[in-house]
Amino acid sequence: MAKNKQIENTTVADSSRRSFLTKLWIGLGLLALFQTAGVVVAYLRPHRMKTKDDKLQSIVRAGPVESFPLDSVTAFIKGKFYLARLNDGGFLALSRKCTHLGCTVMWYRQDKKFVCPCHSSEFDIRGEVLDPPAPRALDTYRVSIENNVVNVDLDKRIKRSSFDRSHVAYPNSKSPA
Amino acid sequence: MAIKSSEPCGQQDPFPVDRADREGYRKFSDSLFLHIRPRTVPKSTLRFSLTWGLGGMAVVLVSLMFGTGILLKFVYLPVPDQAYESILHLQRNVTFGQLIRNIHYWSGNVLVLVVFLHLLRVFFTGAFLPPRQLNWIIGIGLFVTILLSNFTGYLMPWDQLAFWAITICMGMLDYIPVIGRWLQELVQGGPEVGAATLLNFYAIHTAILPALLFILMLSHFWRVRKAGGIVVPHNSEGDTSISRDSIPTIPHLILREVVVALVLLALLLVLSMLFDAPLENKANAGLSPDLIKAPWYFVGIQEMLIHIHPVISLFIMPVMIITALLTLPYLNYQANTAGVWFISTKGRKLALIAAATSLIATPMWILLDEYLINSGATILDITSFISNGLLPIGILCGVIYGFYALILKQNDANINEAVQSIFVLLLVAFIVLTITGIWFRGAGMKLMLPW
Repeated sequence: MAKNKQIENTTVADSSRRSFLTKLWIGLGLLALFQTAGVVVAYLRPHRMKTKDDKLQSIVRAGPVESFPLDSVTAFIKGKFYLARLNDGGFLALSRKCTHLGCTVMWYRQDKKFVCPCHSSEFDIRGEVLDPPAPRALDTYRVSIENNVVNVDLDKRIKRSSFDRSHVAYPNSKSPA
Repeated sequence: MAIKSSEPCGQQDPFPVDRADREGYRKFSDSLFLHIRPRTVPKSTLRFSLTWGLGGMAVVLVSLMFGTGILLKFVYLPVPDQAYESILHLQRNVTFGQLIRNIHYWSGNVLVLVVFLHLLRVFFTGAFLPPRQLNWIIGIGLFVTILLSNFTGYLMPWDQLAFWAITICMGMLDYIPVIGRWLQELVQGGPEVGAATLLNFYAIHTAILPALLFILMLSHFWRVRKAGGIVVPHNSEGDTSISRDSIPTIPHLILREVVVALVLLALLLVLSMLFDAPLENKANAGLSPDLIKAPWYFVGIQEMLIHIHPVISLFIMPVMIITALLTLPYLNYQANTAGVWFISTKGRKLALIAAATSLIATPMWILLDEYLINSGATILDITSFISNGLLPIGILCGVIYGFYALILKQNDANINEAVQSIFVLLLVAFIVLTITGIWFRGAGMKLMLPW
């Protein structure tokens, strides 16, 4: 009788140890699975430019301030942006990607607006939406003016819902914050 | 009555009794390819109009995709400045290059149509009811895999059509709440469609999806076999005994399958010899063409996007549709009506009414939305979310409920017939949207007549 009880006790203890070890295995297995998934996702994620050289490359030298007439838009194909000079002399670098679904907008000098060929969204010279379906104004890049030369930092893309004066760069004054 | 173990439990023994014949038969049926089939099939499942051979056609087409795809891998280069050129090279300099590309293109498109029709056939013959529910789920997985294969393949030519169609579709990902932008950049391999995107899509298209397709297909076929083969039509009392007349698979089923496969192959070859796969100008990131449409199988969603707020049409609605499709086999159905097209005479009638309703209501709504309600306004503010988001959803729910209350309840439809009718209602609406998107949208996405 005592021996039976002993066996009972050991079997009960065995099964709780077993269940603990099983849970441990499963837990470790799940951990391994998540780690593998993490490795795969990290591998696939697009890498960000981190080196100094890359940073230098991302700043485009657009040209001297005088070469841009007031109320004009100049296309920069390589940088994939438009440089707009507003009526008050300020500069705005506008992304050429329509904020609706990503098509390249075209500048129409006569009508003074950007028109997207895909779904007819329209933007004014400041990038503000004139006609939907675009949901927000065109993105801008940070513009800095040094030694009378306009520079556009392609690394700093600014998403905005509408025109914000603080994004405009003015010559002969501090660069915008 | 002693039953020999080597004989099937049928009323008549359809097998060659002669030992030599049986040996020969056994050798034949020992092959891996034929092993997936049972030794006998019910006679009533051989009827062509039961399944239209669509599943088998899908297998033939997938095999063509694999074969032509592998051949293409020997010539195509998945790098932006070489992709387009490699296709020109394929078409001009490689013997039969144009033909292989054409077969790949046409088989791919016909495949989407065939699996869609197969889905409809399975639905309308009730072949998703128990015990076939899991196979329906696997089937949906196959369908999505095939759509993704078509989609990723669409980018490969790197011409204007490919580049901008994919750019727009990637732009749609951005509207998914919370994870949208992250997902978009992960798939694109960067902030916009470029070299990384092409390479990603190539890896997905030629490695991940084929492997997935292969595994799902094996599972799908095995489950068909496990469920007892093609769904068997009952007679009106639900009695299946008469339908169980069995005849040997070889040659009766095999012969029919081979005929369908050969006819399909012939048609596809003729198509590929007559019509070239399209190739426009090389992709130019600085120039969006006047008219960019999503691939034809996604045009229905694009049409919805034109009328409905993007968060709803690109995220909420697809989630709802997929959820509905996945839960379809698990609803509380009544009598097992599998095997009969459209369930019953009443089912047929209700389905027709549903189709007619949708056929009239959908174009009306498209026109109404285009010219009266402010359709273009997908600006992400509250007013457009209501007018272009909640309002259409409200109308849709209202229509479904109205249809249920007025027509289904009046006709005393059981749940099978009710689900079928609503399915038809939504299906026809989607088809109308797709047709509108393909033929009735012109430059700048304006509504226009196709002539």
